[in-house]
Amino acid sequence: MAICEFLPKAFCRFPAISDSYIRQARQVIDDGFRGLVREYGYIIDALKAPLQWFLNYLERLFTTSPWTVVLIVMLVIVYFGSRSIRITIGTAIGMLLIGLVGLWEDTMTTLAIVTVSTLIAIVIGLPIGILMARSERVQGVINPILDVMQTMPSFVYLIPVVVIFGIGKVPGLIAVVIYAVPPMIRLTNLGIRLVDKEVLEAADAFGSSRGQKLWNVQMPLALPTIMAGINQTIMMSLAMVVVASMVGVGGLGRNTLQAINNQFFTYGFLNGFALVAIAIIFDRTSQAFGMRLQRHSEVVHG
Amino acid sequence: MASHGIEIKGLYKIFGSNARQHVEAVRNGLSKAELNERYGHVLGLKDINISMPAGGITVVMGLSGSGKSTLIRHINRLIEPTYGEVIYDGVNVCGMNERDLREFRRHKTAMVFQKFALLPHRTVIENTVYGLDIQGVPRSESLKKGQYWIERVGLSGFENHYPNQLSGGMQQRVGLARALTNDADILLMDEAYSALDPLIRVDMQTVLLDLQAELKKTVVFITHDLDEALRLGDKITILRDGQVVQQGTGQEIVLSPADDYITAFVKEVNRGRVIQAKTVMKPFDGLADGVHIEATTTLEAAAKAMTESGQTKATITDAAGAPIGTLDLQTMMAAMVTPAGSDTSKMAAE
Repeated sequence: MAICEFLPKAFCRFPAISDSYIRQARQVIDDGFRGLVREYGYIIDALKAPLQWFLNYLERLFTTSPWTVVLIVMLVIVYFGSRSIRITIGTAIGMLLIGLVGLWEDTMTTLAIVTVSTLIAIVIGLPIGILMARSERVQGVINPILDVMQTMPSFVYLIPVVVIFGIGKVPGLIAVVIYAVPPMIRLTNLGIRLVDKEVLEAADAFGSSRGQKLWNVQMPLALPTIMAGINQTIMMSLAMVVVASMVGVGGLGRNTLQAINNQFFTYGFLNGFALVAIAIIFDRTSQAFGMRLQRHSEVVHG
Repeated sequence: MASHGIEIKGLYKIFGSNARQHVEAVRNGLSKAELNERYGHVLGLKDINISMPAGGITVVMGLSGSGKSTLIRHINRLIEPTYGEVIYDGVNVCGMNERDLREFRRHKTAMVFQKFALLPHRTVIENTVYGLDIQGVPRSESLKKGQYWIERVGLSGFENHYPNQLSGGMQQRVGLARALTNDADILLMDEAYSALDPLIRVDMQTVLLDLQAELKKTVVFITHDLDEALRLGDKITILRDGQVVQQGTGQEIVLSPADDYITAFVKEVNRGRVIQAKTVMKPFDGLADGVHIEATTTLEAAAKAMTESGQTKATITDAAGAPIGTLDLQTMMAAMVTPAGSDTSKMAAE
């Protein structure tokens, strides 16, 4: 550019830090990370072990049980969750189609990892959400962390997870949980904060302790919002399961990855539709369950 | 029967970050507007001294912004005072630690709220036993008490309804049942009936008066409605801009309002329902003729008794039935109509 002839160099080309500095810095950080992992490998393994066991157990349970048993149990859960014949029949049709195209086992593997990651996300997210609702300071610290977690591209999660935990099912699971937990935390926090101030004042006036207030008033009244959080968490786990297949998670995600690599158009879409089917089943069931929890607030009296 | 009254002594409430610093200035005459303008603090209550008798209904009346809801929240310390004391049974509620305060709220007070503040996910009976749940009373016991009070407030058959399925009046009955089930000495009612339709409001007032005749709790009732105050209050305190302007019985306030503000208020009041026969009777003249009316009867009731019996004169008797005075129709009418204000007398002089 001609204009560059009149300008100092630094104004024209961005004065980046020299490559060698960045290389050094990267090396220091990466080596530090690896050293840390090597040093504390036994702790990381100990952390992984129960997750590994739980995940394997559930996966084996899902894949080795006869498909008839699994389907019946699923339909029973869906029916009692949603109390809707339509959703139950839809579930039956969806699962039968998945079985027909030969994806039953892969679907079970995916189902297992989504179940485990959702449970972990709830166990982690609920208390953090409660803490956030109780303290402005905690909220001030955690909110920006959640913002970063939610805007960070999901592939980037895989890097530290792989560095620290290696390749395999459990690292994939951890990546899924990290990706899926923010809505759980946010909506728990929001639900508790939205609880009617008057009702809280009544709880105080009758001499509730903090714990009583939480369990008698805040949690029950926040439950519909929390259910929406669980629903979101499930949906995000299903999305992340595909990405996590890059670090060794099996099931429908891995099939999709293979289809991308080999340009298996039909196979890729069949897996994609199978994921969609599970997503719809989970979504409709959990939403219908959430609605049922709110039945008391239906205004019957005019 | 409640055994202890509530004494509020020198209570100040200033809203703002440095509230305590300004108490002295307010005591020395800094006005609400000045405090707000100069320091950005809001004066909620100023030097409140009220003695609320045990077993009676004390009504705190004022328009919105007068500080009445702030005041009632000091009795169970839902709001922390800036300065002053609330004494119950020899203990300063404002000085209690967290645990004592919780026990005080659980066992000594019960509160009814303007917007009901029921738990929407609990049924009527579950709402009613809420206070007992908090106290740790087992359900086997609390449900019996809850059931009793549900029946007393006239909600039998609605035990398993959710609050949203009930009308406002019925929801407030649940609120009242919830407070009564707590079996506390102090009943705090924060504009409890203000959200109800006029007819239902009168209905609920009757419910409260009937129950109170039997229970004799120390009731603190907040309202912006003078008619309600006069109907319920054994003692009435009128608040304006966070200060007490007048205290006394309904009669005292209607007959000798302390200032123009209260005069304007009482102008619209049905005096016949407030003033008692003994207040306007003439000394007993020895002739015990006409109908016999008890001294504490309101003029309206006296007028009714006299018209029904076709008499123009009545003998006023004390509780034992002995004659103490006489009342004629003219005196009664004069007392029942609003006395001519200063405006009209000025016009007459011109």
